[in-house]
Amino acid sequence: MEKEEARTETRERVVVRMAGDSGDGMQLAGSRFTDATAVFGNDLATLPDFPAEIRAPAGTVAGVSAFQIHFASRDILTPGDAPDVLVAMNPAALKANLPLMRRGATILVNEDAFSVRAVQKAGYAVSPLEDGTLDPYTVKRVPMSSLTTRAVEGIEGATSRDAQKAKNLFALGVLSWLYDRPVDVTERWIRGKFSGPVCEANLAAFRAGWSFGETSELIDVQVKVDRNVDVAPGTYRNINGTEATALGLIAASVKSGLPLVFGAYPITPASDLLHALARRQDMGVRTIQAEDEIAAASMALGAAFGGALGVTCTSGPGLDLKTETIGLAVMLELPMVIIDVQRAGPSTGMPTKTEQSDLLQALYGRHGESPLPVLAAQSPGQCFEAVYEAARIAITYRTPVILLSDLFVANSSEPWRIPQAAALAPIDPNFRTSTSGPFLPYSRDDNLARPWAIPGTPGLQHRIGGLEKADRTGAISYDGPNHARMTQLRAEKVDGIPVPDLQIHGETDADLLVLGWGSSYGTIRAGARRVREGGGRVATAHLQHLRPLPANVGPLLRKFERVLVPEMNSGQLAHELRARYLVDVISYGKVQGQPLLPSEMEQEIWRHLS
Amino acid sequence: MAAPELTKADFQSDQETRWCPGCGDYAVLAAVQSFFPALGIPPERIVFVSGIGCAGRFAYYMDTYGMHGIHGRGPALATGLASARDDLSIWVVTGDGDALSIGGNHLIHALRRNVPVKILLFNNQIYGLTKGQASPTSERGKVTKSTPFGSIDGPFNPVSLALGAEATFVARTIDTDKQHLPMVLRAAAEHEGAALVEIYQNCPVFNDGAFDALRDRKRGEINRIHLEHGQPIRGVTRDPDGSLRLGEGEPVIHDAHREDPSFAFALSRLSSSPDGPTPIGIFRDVRRPVSGRELTGQLAAAHAGADDASLDALMRAGDTWTIS
Repeated sequence: MEKEEARTETRERVVVRMAGDSGDGMQLAGSRFTDATAVFGNDLATLPDFPAEIRAPAGTVAGVSAFQIHFASRDILTPGDAPDVLVAMNPAALKANLPLMRRGATILVNEDAFSVRAVQKAGYAVSPLEDGTLDPYTVKRVPMSSLTTRAVEGIEGATSRDAQKAKNLFALGVLSWLYDRPVDVTERWIRGKFSGPVCEANLAAFRAGWSFGETSELIDVQVKVDRNVDVAPGTYRNINGTEATALGLIAASVKSGLPLVFGAYPITPASDLLHALARRQDMGVRTIQAEDEIAAASMALGAAFGGALGVTCTSGPGLDLKTETIGLAVMLELPMVIIDVQRAGPSTGMPTKTEQSDLLQALYGRHGESPLPVLAAQSPGQCFEAVYEAARIAITYRTPVILLSDLFVANSSEPWRIPQAAALAPIDPNFRTSTSGPFLPYSRDDNLARPWAIPGTPGLQHRIGGLEKADRTGAISYDGPNHARMTQLRAEKVDGIPVPDLQIHGETDADLLVLGWGSSYGTIRAGARRVREGGGRVATAHLQHLRPLPANVGPLLRKFERVLVPEMNSGQLAHELRARYLVDVISYGKVQGQPLLPSEMEQEIWRHLS
Repeated sequence: MAAPELTKADFQSDQETRWCPGCGDYAVLAAVQSFFPALGIPPERIVFVSGIGCAGRFAYYMDTYGMHGIHGRGPALATGLASARDDLSIWVVTGDGDALSIGGNHLIHALRRNVPVKILLFNNQIYGLTKGQASPTSERGKVTKSTPFGSIDGPFNPVSLALGAEATFVARTIDTDKQHLPMVLRAAAEHEGAALVEIYQNCPVFNDGAFDALRDRKRGEINRIHLEHGQPIRGVTRDPDGSLRLGEGEPVIHDAHREDPSFAFALSRLSSSPDGPTPIGIFRDVRRPVSGRELTGQLAAAHAGADDASLDALMRAGDTWTIS
C-alpha cells in the first residue's frame, strides 16, 4: 500500500513528548531526536522527566519515563507546555501523560502493549483504546513491538530480546519521518554506539519506523519545521546544563592555569556533574568521590590551599552538610566554588523534582555573619558562563562562591553557541611569591582580596584557620573592635564585587516588570512574549547575580508601578527584595516539583495587567 | 648547592604557645621542632593541618605552612591538599575527640585510601578544650562533667581501629619520651602512604595521670612493651592455640611488615587501657599503593598541556553545526 505523495504542512513550532516504561529507552530516543533536530538547525529546548525509582515495577505508572522536546523555526525559550504529539509505549505511559495533552493533540500508541494485563497494571479497568477515553484526541495505533520484531527477524545473530529492546528506535524512526529529521545523524550514532547484530537490529528498527511513516496511510501528513535562520553566526552544539557546567569548570581551569580538583559525594541530581568531570583526566581534572558531603567540600578547600581550583557540587541535604566547610572558606578567604543543583526539599524531599528553594540558604545559611557571592544559572548553555564567572570571582576575590543551578536546568538541553577559548575573560590567580617586606596574610589589595601564597613558596610560610584573624597579620585575635572590622571587611569585599547592571527586556515604561532568577528565565520570557503579542505592556528582567545584586535593582523596582517575582519556591527572592529595598513586590510561587510553564506565566502576567 | 643546615629555630613560629602549664602538647611540640631539621625538608614544603581541640593549636606553632581547620575534618582537608600537590610533606594533628568522634569517618577513609599524610593523634582520653567531657577513648565508668555517674560507654582502641581501617602504618608513642617519639615520627615520615601515630598525651587539668603507668620512669620500665621489628617482644608469649598473651614463655618475634594485619591487631589487643603493660612502637608498616601516587603526576602533565586549542577541541567534540 503505497502513498501517492505525503501531504506536508509547515509549522513554526512543535512539542513532542515520548513516554514509556523506564526500561524502554525513552531518554535515549529523545536525546537522539534532539541531536538530529539540533543538527538540522531548529532552535530547541528539552526536558527529561525521570521516575524516582531506578526500575519501578515494569508497566506501572510509577515507572514511566518521559522526554519532551520543543523545536521551532524561531527562537524558543522553554521545553513547551502542552505537547502536540505524545508517543506512548504502553498503557501506563498513556495514563501518566494524558493529563498534559490538549484536545485535538495526536497520540501515537504502541498498540501491541495494550494487553488486558498491561491495561490493568496501569490502573485502567478497560483498555483506553476501546472505551472512548481517547475520543478528544487524534489517535494513531501503531503495532510497534511486532513491526520491530519483523524488521529484526532476518538479522543473523539478533535475538528476540534485541528486537524487544529496539522498539524505541522504531518509534524514533516514525517521529523522524513525521518531522523530516535527517537520518544520517541518527544512523551514524547507532553505528558508533553499537556493534554486531545489536547494531544491525537497531538500524533495522529505526529504518522500519521511518518506512512505516512514509508508507502507511495511518500518518497522512508530514510536518515541516523550517530551520531557524534568525540566529547569531557561530558554531553550535546541543548541550544540557550539566555538560555546560563541566566545560565551564574546565575552561576556568585552563584559563587560570589552576588544576581543577573536584570533590563530590553521589547525590541526585548533582552526580551527573561528577560523572562528566571524572571522564576528563585528559584535561588534568582530578575528581574525588569523597566519603561524605562534608569531606567533598573539605577536599576542595584543602586543594585550594595548595593552589588548585577547588570545586564541590551537591543537591538538597548535601548543601546543609557542606555549610561548615563553606564557613571556614569564608574565614580563610580562599577561592572555592560550590555548585548546588537544587531539588525539591526539605530533607530528602523529592530528589528527582526541581525547585529553586535554596536561595535564602545560599545567601544566609551559615552561622555568624558569613557573606559570599551567589550566582544563578538561567539556561542550559548559560551554565557555562555562570560557572566560569563563579570561578573567576572566587579566584580574584579569594572567596567561596555558590552557584545555584537546579534539576531542570541541569537536565534540559538547548543549542549552545560555542565560545572561542581565546575570547574568554582572563583569570589571574596572582599568587604571592615576593618576599620583600614582612608577609601579611590578611593584608588586602584594591579588591580587598588577601594574598594567596601557596605551600612550596619559600619565605611565605604562614598559618590560617577558622579562628578570627587580626587584620593584616592574620594572627589569632579575640579583640572586639578587630572582629567588628574583619566582619565589615568580609562583607565589603563581597558587596564591592562589580556585577553588570540588570537589563530590561521590553519597554522600560511597561505597566509591569517581571523579575526572575535562575532557570525560570526562558519561561518568563516566553510568557511575557505571548502577553506582548496580545497587546499587554510587560517588561522582564533576570538576575544572574544574587549577591551582590546589581546596583540598579533598587531604582528599577521603584520605577515600575508593579513588579511580579515568579519563583519555584514560596517567595524567597521576593522576601530578599522587600527586605533590601522596601518595595512590596508581588510574589508568585510554585512548589510542585515542576518547572513554571509559559501558559501559567502568561495567565499570571495578564492577571496583574488588568 | 647544599641547602643550609636547618635548626629547631627554623620550625618555631612567632606565635606564643598557649597550652596549660604542664600540658603534654609542649613536649610533643618541642620534640617535633627538634626532629624536623633532621628530615631535611625545607619548611616551605611542609604543611600542618589540624582540626579543633587543644591539639588543633599545634599548626599555629610550627613555622611551616599550616591550616587550622574545623572539627574532625583535618584528614579530609589534607586529602584534598595531597590530591593537588605531591611535592609536600603533609602532617595532620588531631586529638581523640577530633579524630575518633566527630571526624571518625574522615580518619578511616584517609587510612583506607592510603593518602600520603602523617596523622598524629594526641590521645589524652578527655575533651580538654571544651573543659572536661568524656571522649571516645575515655574508659568505661569515667566520671566527667558530662558523665557525672560514670561513662556507660566503652572506649575505642585507636590502634585497633586504624588497623581495621586498612592502615598501612600504625604506631604508638608517649609525649614525654624524647627518644621514642622522634624514632616513631621518623619511621612515619619515611612511610610512603598514610601513617597513624597515636601519642599518649597527658592532660594535667582534666585527666592528669592517665598514662602514669607508662610515663613514670620506674613504672614505665615495667609496663612498656617495646615493639621493634625483628626483635623478640619482651613480656609477650604465644599460646599453643596461636593467640598472643602477656607473660613469659615461647618468645614472639615482632614482624611489622606482615601483610596480614591480624598479628598487629592481636598485639593491639594486649592492653585495653594504658594502666598496665602496654605495647608501644610500630605495630604495622607495610607497602600498599599510595592514593593518587601516579595519578597526581599524570594529571599535572595533562593540565600543563591543556591550552586554548585543546579547550576549543573539547568544546567542539561531537555533533556541531555552523551558522554563517
